[in-house]
Amino acid sequence: MNLALKDIRHGLFRFVLTCLGLGLLMTVVLAMIGIYNGLVADALAVVKAPAADVWVVEAGTRGPFAEASSIPADTRDTVARMPGVAEAGAINYQNVEASHAGRTLRLYVIGFEPGRPGGPQRIVAGRGIGTSHFELVADRKTGLVTDDTVRLGRNRFTVVGLTEGAMNSGGDPAVYMTLADAMALQTELDPADQRVQAARGAGSVKSASVAAVIVRVKPAADIDLLTATLRQWKHLAALSQAEQETILLASVVDKARRQIGLFLGILLAVSAVVIALIIYTMTMEKLKQIATLKLIGAPDRTIVGLIVQQALILGASGWGIGLVLILLVKDVFPRRVVLEPFNVAVLAGIIVVVCLAASGLGVRAAMKVDPATALGS
Amino acid sequence: MALGDILVDVEGVAKHYGEGDTRVDALRQVDLQVHAGEVIALLGPSGSGKTTLLNIIGCILDPSAGRVALDGDPVYDGKWLRRDLRRLRLDKIGFVFQTHNLLPFLTAAENVSLVLDLAGWPPDKGRARARELLDYLEVGHRAPVKPALLSGGEAQRVAIARALANRPRIILADEPTAALDSKRAQLVMDLLRKLAVEQEACIITVTHDEKIFDRFDRLIHLRDGRLVDE
Repeated sequence: MNLALKDIRHGLFRFVLTCLGLGLLMTVVLAMIGIYNGLVADALAVVKAPAADVWVVEAGTRGPFAEASSIPADTRDTVARMPGVAEAGAINYQNVEASHAGRTLRLYVIGFEPGRPGGPQRIVAGRGIGTSHFELVADRKTGLVTDDTVRLGRNRFTVVGLTEGAMNSGGDPAVYMTLADAMALQTELDPADQRVQAARGAGSVKSASVAAVIVRVKPAADIDLLTATLRQWKHLAALSQAEQETILLASVVDKARRQIGLFLGILLAVSAVVIALIIYTMTMEKLKQIATLKLIGAPDRTIVGLIVQQALILGASGWGIGLVLILLVKDVFPRRVVLEPFNVAVLAGIIVVVCLAASGLGVRAAMKVDPATALGS
Repeated sequence: MALGDILVDVEGVAKHYGEGDTRVDALRQVDLQVHAGEVIALLGPSGSGKTTLLNIIGCILDPSAGRVALDGDPVYDGKWLRRDLRRLRLDKIGFVFQTHNLLPFLTAAENVSLVLDLAGWPPDKGRARARELLDYLEVGHRAPVKPALLSGGEAQRVAIARALANRPRIILADEPTAALDSKRAQLVMDLLRKLAVEQEACIITVTHDEKIFDRFDRLIHLRDGRLVDE
């Protein structure tokens, strides 16, 4: 006879409500884990997208993500000719805001040279950029669809293709355009501003600089040697892909990551206390019944089983409800919520440990119960 | 009445709480023998030691001194002689409480069969035995009902069925009729008496209920922890 299940069935409504409450708490924990993962994944997405081996940036900077970096656009030609370099592409990054269909879009503009490294990883709808000007490939999260047009700076761009998973560390979705368009967007002034500059006798501010040059090396090429060679040029610095990723995590998103990590830790601690309290209270409410069980001869394992099984059923139900809820709502979050099976499994493990520890408190109390208390009225 | 085997043999049992100025003697050198088929009552004012004696016989309270034997087996002689007192209770002792103390999440039948489940009976035989006892106690029709829906008398009869389920030879009852009206109280005592004779068990009851005094073979009075007369 399974006393734990019988007791649960007896107070099913209350138990379900408790599980639901715990499930909501687990939803928040899983959401926080997902947001944490999403922050890291988003931060790395922009670095990983070009599949670069080496980043060539301005000397003395850790650009182009941690710091601003500006190097001459023709650096690409120089770098491309170096031994071991398979291909190289200049790239530019900037944030812009645009209006579209009555709403403001915050976009992360990536300027790249079509046919060279730095473009969208894959096109999920439409096509890649095929002309030199005024075409965009946009991330789906922008809400743009193919053939939409959007005004950026002085020009109107047409969305010719869509990609996925392209964004900056702040979660702003990316749009890809040609490097020429991106440079123009960065430097060209509005007509009115241009007239003012002309009236003052100043020329237009144009610069042939890019943020970085992305390098892919040939198989078996020595990346360390290449970066060392590049660093010998006084105006350039070179970072390997791994260094770039480390900079992003250790510098750009570090505070946000630690903030969420700390909050996640607090949330897990609160959840542990709540679970422990629920299980302990459930046991305390049954002390008279436990005394009766002891008096009629129930062995310890029957009483321990009653408490531990209920604790584990409660924990498993809360975990399951939390998982289902977060999977249902994760796409509603403005930022990416990335849940890995490993994280979900670790949380399950934590819940099992917390439930067992909390059961331990309950079991300790139950073991102390004097069977004689069952005899009182 | 011909006396059967000695089922409860208490010799020189004492129980005190505290030491020195705070020492309270709950029981002082109590000797008691109860035979199979006997139904006895422990009487006395509050604090006289009735419940203490019942708890010692029920192996849920350590005596301070003395010797206790149950169903012919010595169980206490300065220390407990059996490690597994719960198993001893399960096999030899049935308890009937003042309030029925049925587990609220089990049906009447499950409350009875639980004891048999704990004693290792096969589930089908346990269920049959529970049903048989409930029928015998005229509450068979309430077998699938939870305790909250039973009347006081029904619940007490289910509790008696639970106490008798594993065929214990010693039944300890603590104010079993306190929650019942006089008619039901007498019915319950008649029932216990009948079962004691049929199962060759003894019944030791703590009671204040004068209406049922005539249902006992012996009335044992305690005062200040001593047996004063019978």
